[in-house]
Amino acid sequence: MASALINVPKKAKRGDVIEIKTLMSHIMETGYRHTAAGQVVPRDIITSFTCRYNGEEIFRADLFPAIAANPFITFFTIATESGKFDFEWIGDNGFSEKASATISVE
Amino acid sequence: MKLFGTISLTAVLMAAGFAAAAEIPRNERRSGYTFMAPDTQTIQDDDTANPGMLWVLDGESLWKRKAGAAGKSCSDCHSDANTSMKGVAARYPAFDKTLGRPVNLEQRINLCRARHQEASPIAYESRDLLALTAFVAEQSRGMAITLDTTVELQPFVAKGRDFFMKRQGQLNLGCTNCHDDNWDKHLAGSAVTQALPTGYPIYRLEWQSMGSLQRRLRNCITGIRAQNYDYGAPELVELELYLMSRAAGMPIETPGVRP
Amino acid sequence: MRKSEGSTRRQFLGIAGTAAAIGTIPVVSLRPVAATPETMTAAIRNVIGSAAVRIGKVKLDVPPLVENGNTVPMTITVSSPNTAEDHVKSIHVFNEKNPQPNIGNFYLGPRAGRGQVSTRIRLADSQKITAIARMSDDSLWSATADVVVTLAACTEEVI
Repeated sequence: MASALINVPKKAKRGDVIEIKTLMSHIMETGYRHTAAGQVVPRDIITSFTCRYNGEEIFRADLFPAIAANPFITFFTIATESGKFDFEWIGDNGFSEKASATISVE
Repeated sequence: MKLFGTISLTAVLMAAGFAAAAEIPRNERRSGYTFMAPDTQTIQDDDTANPGMLWVLDGESLWKRKAGAAGKSCSDCHSDANTSMKGVAARYPAFDKTLGRPVNLEQRINLCRARHQEASPIAYESRDLLALTAFVAEQSRGMAITLDTTVELQPFVAKGRDFFMKRQGQLNLGCTNCHDDNWDKHLAGSAVTQALPTGYPIYRLEWQSMGSLQRRLRNCITGIRAQNYDYGAPELVELELYLMSRAAGMPIETPGVRP
Repeated sequence: MRKSEGSTRRQFLGIAGTAAAIGTIPVVSLRPVAATPETMTAAIRNVIGSAAVRIGKVKLDVPPLVENGNTVPMTITVSSPNTAEDHVKSIHVFNEKNPQPNIGNFYLGPRAGRGQVSTRIRLADSQKITAIARMSDDSLWSATADVVVTLAACTEEVI
């Protein structure tokens, strides 16, 4: 089942500033909701998102319950070399998802 | 605050008299998209930012998954969805000869499962059914809504229209009172739209999830404090049918994003 | 200091007993007890220490009237040369009326090229949001935005 939507330009020129857009499927349950019976719906969120470019971390985010469901995060990086972007989402209840995208830089 | 807004709107509607509600003239029709703030429109426009696309992608996988005693997947009969499903959502709800009544896209999928895959139906509003419906409907994105003009369908469209027009519930409101007479005004901070379901299933910000047209209709019926209907009830299908006929000619936007 | 900590804990326990939003799980809708500007100040101090924060360089883009408090698009842009020597290290976002004061922390660095981050956040009520950027020289810059949040009509709750 598809969990993530990634948008990375396929090609770029060396030194270009490129935008990376990520969308991950996740309910981001805040931990502040209650059922009609009065029980707390326990917190279940993504807590951390990391992006590595050819192994080196170029962006990281700490997420809190205030981040909306199906977290959408966009950021920028300088295209330095061809290679791979690795994305990782980590969260409550052992949540761990990875995705990757390649880029060709001339 | 919302209740106050609802009550004051009711007062306005009742004070305005029981003027016969007329349908919106064709050239004044606007999709719910046009009532949204630019920031929300951007969420729908960008396929990589539109959360509804997550369900469309799920649907794409489900399309190929074998199911039921017959061990068939959708693709086994329909092969490539972007050819075989083109235009399908644009003409639903459609008349089903065996049942002798209209069915919506969700029911069609479950009928296929029962009749051709020998599989049990997928629950209404489940992630899988929403994903498949969104995937099929997305194949019609940009195409004009064109319901069959078959004679058999007309009595059901009329029943749907009657439902839309009649006052009901504790607030004694008919759909038409808001959606024909007061569109572009506001109800508790939300814009009142024209009730033209061009983008379903939608990712509704209020739900923080994907949902069907029937889910939205049940919200509205709760909103006017009327007796609600179960998912798949004939009344809801007839109402869907009427609403789609209201939107005839307008392009499908699935997956839509709405507040 | 101790007094504000005590009130923070009391408020937090009070908040824990209240619901915030409606979803497909049948939930009881009660207006959440608001966190306060004091909890936001405490959270800011927790994240960035007690150094001086100046106003400027940070542009906080949020719609002034949000369509729906569950999903509010937000873009933060920090003006900076974005070079290896002079860039944005991190951006921290806070609010004053959600049950919790933190929204997110974003870590950029010399390879970012542009000090800009976008995401979508939840806002429980009309309130002020604060974004603080830490630059590579550890100077701190901030901006605030006031956002109006109304309740959606036609929800699933039955009162």
